[in-house]
Amino acid sequence: MRAKSVFLTVAHRLAILAYIAFALFPLFWLLKVAVTPNDLLYSEGIRLWPSRASLEHFDFVLRHSAFPVFFRNSLIVSGSTAVVVTILASLSGYALSRFRFRGKYWLVTLMLLTQMFPLVMLVAPIFKILSPLGLTNSLTGLVIVYSAFNVPFATFLMQSFFDGIPKDLEEAAMIDGATQFVAFRQIILPLTLPGIAATLGFVFTAAWSELLFSLMLISGNDQATFPVGLLSFVSKFSVDFGQMMAAGVLALIPACLFFLLIQRYLVQGLTAGAVKG
Amino acid sequence: MDYAARQHGLSASRRPLMKRIADASAPYLYSAPALILIVTVMLVPLVLGVSYAFRDVQLLNPFSGAFIGLDHFRALSQDQAFFRSLRNTLWWTGASVLLQFAFGLILALLLDKPFRGRAIAQALVFLPWAVPSFLAGLNWAWLFNPVVGPLPHWLYALGIMSQPANILSDPQLAMWGPIVANIWWGIPFFAITLLAALQAIPRDLYEAASIDGAGAFQRFLSITLPFLAPTIAITILLRTVWISNFADLIIVMTNGGPADRTQIVASYIFTQAFKRLDFGYASAIALVLLALLLAYSLLIVILRQWLLSKD
Repeated sequence: MRAKSVFLTVAHRLAILAYIAFALFPLFWLLKVAVTPNDLLYSEGIRLWPSRASLEHFDFVLRHSAFPVFFRNSLIVSGSTAVVVTILASLSGYALSRFRFRGKYWLVTLMLLTQMFPLVMLVAPIFKILSPLGLTNSLTGLVIVYSAFNVPFATFLMQSFFDGIPKDLEEAAMIDGATQFVAFRQIILPLTLPGIAATLGFVFTAAWSELLFSLMLISGNDQATFPVGLLSFVSKFSVDFGQMMAAGVLALIPACLFFLLIQRYLVQGLTAGAVKG
Repeated sequence: MDYAARQHGLSASRRPLMKRIADASAPYLYSAPALILIVTVMLVPLVLGVSYAFRDVQLLNPFSGAFIGLDHFRALSQDQAFFRSLRNTLWWTGASVLLQFAFGLILALLLDKPFRGRAIAQALVFLPWAVPSFLAGLNWAWLFNPVVGPLPHWLYALGIMSQPANILSDPQLAMWGPIVANIWWGIPFFAITLLAALQAIPRDLYEAASIDGAGAFQRFLSITLPFLAPTIAITILLRTVWISNFADLIIVMTNGGPADRTQIVASYIFTQAFKRLDFGYASAIALVLLALLLAYSLLIVILRQWLLSKD
């Protein structure tokens, strides 16, 4: 019995290690090629770590390429989208959590449907609508589009956070004479700060990763977001692997920061997130 | 909710008319901004897109825009590339969902019981979930590239490949590239969802079962699986729809090539709109995809009704 349980424990730890290796290996390789100097890249082939590491690719990417611009554009787009969506979603999430009203069923159905149909079918019509308004090749256009795409999921997320706060709190404030909106702003919102942070983070990450619409809507280098810039870089200079991967490592930073903040709450708090990846 | 209603009953008679109107409109005012945004940026383009399917809309041709009836659909029924993309979509979705689910379930079971270092292990295995999809695609494309990636050399050393070549340019194997990237990227999603469901199972059930002499496998079959079944069903159904529409990895890694072997319907729509700027034809394909997804969802609803009525 004892030998069997030791065997099971060892097998369990080995399986966990295998998963960790599988999860981290691609990211490790990205970093490894990014710090390999060009003259060693081909001669040392598939060694796990170069005999001499250098930051020359990072230096090049940060000082002589357009990546800082792409990075800034992506930050502006993702940050603005996150703020806009979180404001709209806390309002609509509050409506779903606290009120019973005619049309609620249709609102929920509409939001669920937007999670199911292929967004790729909107690529052409959205381009046609935004083009005469001067919103193609513009960061504002991207913020509007991304905000609409992320509002439904964020609404459900915020609703689940509001549902967790007892209603007595607002009732007490309203007996003391506050209107419901004042109670919402001054009592309920501060209590949902962790939920607001999570929503901000989710929307930021989703906007940071979006590819198809920014490829379609953005054409110039000045307005390019990180994915668009990286892909055009890849197709133009497809031999500079070190530089490409250094840029890739940079694109990873915001996502990893958010992940470190959120990962503790992943399993407990995010069953509501099962609707969307 | 009942509190709002109670409050109405309590004070409706005492409050002035204006205040009552304001109260009744409150939920609409709260949800209006979100609703307006969704309608203008998603519903209006959706309707417009449906109309494009029956019109000749080409971005670079200013004289296009005429109504052409079912011409796009006639062209579509002759389009071999479209039928290939339908088959590819099935293969891509089926393989990705099944393997993500299988590996995700195993991972969730491994992480279910407390052990030393669980928190850090969990953080590390869930990390791919945070990687932007375009970067996941590029990263795996590089791993499969024999110039900078180790995978072709390892496959060659193991005798699986006759020479260290890039599977992304091999028509027979290319689809495995995006599928492997998708599995890597999607395992955490399944593991997180299933782990949350696992932790909701009351622990004393397991204790009672093992006192009654049930082995580990028996406990899994008679406690764990029944408890997980609803989560598994919902997650797989939603994920199937989501992944069949998920073109990012394919567009980044192979762009549908070689010879359309990795083109799925979603990436085919994008290619028609983005590369050929033929918005009319792209919208016609999109309409067919929408119809297929609706049929799939209906089938699920009917299946569920049938299963419920059988009990």
